[in-house]
Amino acid sequence: MKKIIIALAFLILPGLSLAAGGGYPLEKAPIDLHDKASLQKGAKLYVNYCMGCHSLEYQRYNRLARDIGLTDDQVKDNLIFTGAKVGETMKNAMPKADAKRWFGVTPPDLTVISRSRGVDYLYTYLQTFYLDPTRPFGVNNAAFPNAGMPHVLWELQGMQKAVYEVHKDHDGNEAKVLKGFELVQPGSMSPPEFKEAMADLTNFLAYVGEPIQLERQWIGIWVLLFLALLTVVFYLLKKEYWKDVH
Amino acid sequence: MANTQGTTGLLGWIDERFPLTKMMREHLTEYYAPKNFNFWYFFGSLALLVLVNQILTGIWLTMSYKPSAADAFASVEYIMRDVDWGWLIRYMHSTGASAFFVVVYLHMFRALIYGSYKKPRELIWIIGVVIFLALMAEAFMGYLLPWGQMSYWGAQVIVNLFSAIPVIGPDLSVWIRGDFVVSDATLNRFFSLHVIAVPLVLVGLVVAHILALHEVGSNNPDGVEIKKVKGPDGKPLDGIPFHPYYTVKDLVGVGVFLLFFSFVIFFAPEMGGYFLEHPNFDPADPMKTPPHIAPVWYFTPFYAILRAVPSFAGTQVWGVLAMGAAIVMLFFLPWLDRSPVKSIRYRGLLFKLVLAAFIISFLILGYLGALPTTPARTTLAQVCSVIYFAFFFVLPILPWFEKTKPVPERVTAK
Repeated sequence: MKKIIIALAFLILPGLSLAAGGGYPLEKAPIDLHDKASLQKGAKLYVNYCMGCHSLEYQRYNRLARDIGLTDDQVKDNLIFTGAKVGETMKNAMPKADAKRWFGVTPPDLTVISRSRGVDYLYTYLQTFYLDPTRPFGVNNAAFPNAGMPHVLWELQGMQKAVYEVHKDHDGNEAKVLKGFELVQPGSMSPPEFKEAMADLTNFLAYVGEPIQLERQWIGIWVLLFLALLTVVFYLLKKEYWKDVH
Repeated sequence: MANTQGTTGLLGWIDERFPLTKMMREHLTEYYAPKNFNFWYFFGSLALLVLVNQILTGIWLTMSYKPSAADAFASVEYIMRDVDWGWLIRYMHSTGASAFFVVVYLHMFRALIYGSYKKPRELIWIIGVVIFLALMAEAFMGYLLPWGQMSYWGAQVIVNLFSAIPVIGPDLSVWIRGDFVVSDATLNRFFSLHVIAVPLVLVGLVVAHILALHEVGSNNPDGVEIKKVKGPDGKPLDGIPFHPYYTVKDLVGVGVFLLFFSFVIFFAPEMGGYFLEHPNFDPADPMKTPPHIAPVWYFTPFYAILRAVPSFAGTQVWGVLAMGAAIVMLFFLPWLDRSPVKSIRYRGLLFKLVLAAFIISFLILGYLGALPTTPARTTLAQVCSVIYFAFFFVLPILPWFEKTKPVPERVTAK
């Protein structure tokens, strides 16, 4: 019985790790939170293509405005489509129960997705949708196999198909390994343009995950400098007091 | 009129009614500590510092946190984004939790190498182990509060351990949770225990730990009793008043500690997923079990022992018992180690090897406990678990084979 359980575990475990990581190598996301233009482009992409389904329920519009270099009015005119006030958080109007019926799962809120999955995962995920007629929406994803999400950005990226490489293992069994993609229907963006747009979108989500991070690091430098100085003073004080201990 | 302490004015007035000056003298200005404390002696005062940090930041977090399944996750993000300096308070608390264990593990290691648990300090050690247990309970219940996926499933796994106990187990786990699964009721009671019950116990135990220490006096890297050699004034020749000598020395330790602590807070608050686990940024979902549930790093050695023990006679309870025993064994340490020599400086090579094996096996267990199991890892965890427990059984017979060095009368170095 125990052997069977262990055998089962062996069968399931690689499957689980695939489900988590997709087995497809993640591409390093070029994150630069100082690049306000990139964050603004990412925000625009997000509210246009993602927010209909994926809310950012903990992110306030006016905080976003302040942090990515926009005025409240610019945000009202360009980024708010829901009639929300500028001090509110970025919620959407999609009823959760309906969404679950439509997609099988409720599209998750993405405020802290960059912290739970990591930016490299997001960057790779956004770029690796490919045609797969066996899936309900006709597409699959290399970073998240059998993802429930349609390829929302297809009009920008176009449609690509998967290119496989066939490997033989020790027993001579053939295994198909996802190698890359081939564009079969071009989108409105060229591949380099799309890649840059996805970098902007990932950058934006990296910001939203923790809006304070740049300020945190800036404050941190001063805190460390102060503590270094304080430690030197403590050390000299200790030396002075300990002069008479022999 | 002067009182017994010889103080006058306001202080004199207080001293006639409350032992303020008397306590200051007993515990600070006339508490004689050995003058040869080294690096390893910083961690006691640092543990106190982290305790204060946890209590203060905890009070402020409680002002904005909402202990309900519906609001908990959102309220943590509210603290991170909308509360002024909330992010700092939260990171100080989350990093403080890990720092507490770093400091306490080093503090316990110090006791192991210098024999600080031996007569007459057995009770200090026992109170310390109880503090360690309370700290584990405190950390475990606190980890549920952010109500992320690891909060939820970590609590689920640990509470389920109790259901492995024969007969009463299933009912006991329901009683702990207040529900059939970890739920709003569980969160609410863990919040109560985390913010008041356990901290109260912890503070009381820490006071007892220090009182017991000051009753017998501190051990030192040489493991000699400084009270044995006193000057004509009745003060230990190798002792110096805790204040000001060790208060200023401990300040240096505080400075260096805060540098490391602040580096994590400001530049790596997640510490690569070890202090704040990545899946914990997904809200708790009772319908979705994460593929790999790992406890936070400070529990992983014990978790590895739990997983290393196979089920036997149709029950999993043996792993739970082994995990419990891994801590319970510590209580008996003062009587298991029968060598008259305290410090590792004067103990034989044999003890050094045995202790090294114990520490290394503990570290490997900690590493393994964070990873998913494979048969090879389970075997390694079993070997390390055996070494961990063997330490306690080898200690009593060690003096028969061990060649110790002569212990000096007075402390060495300055």
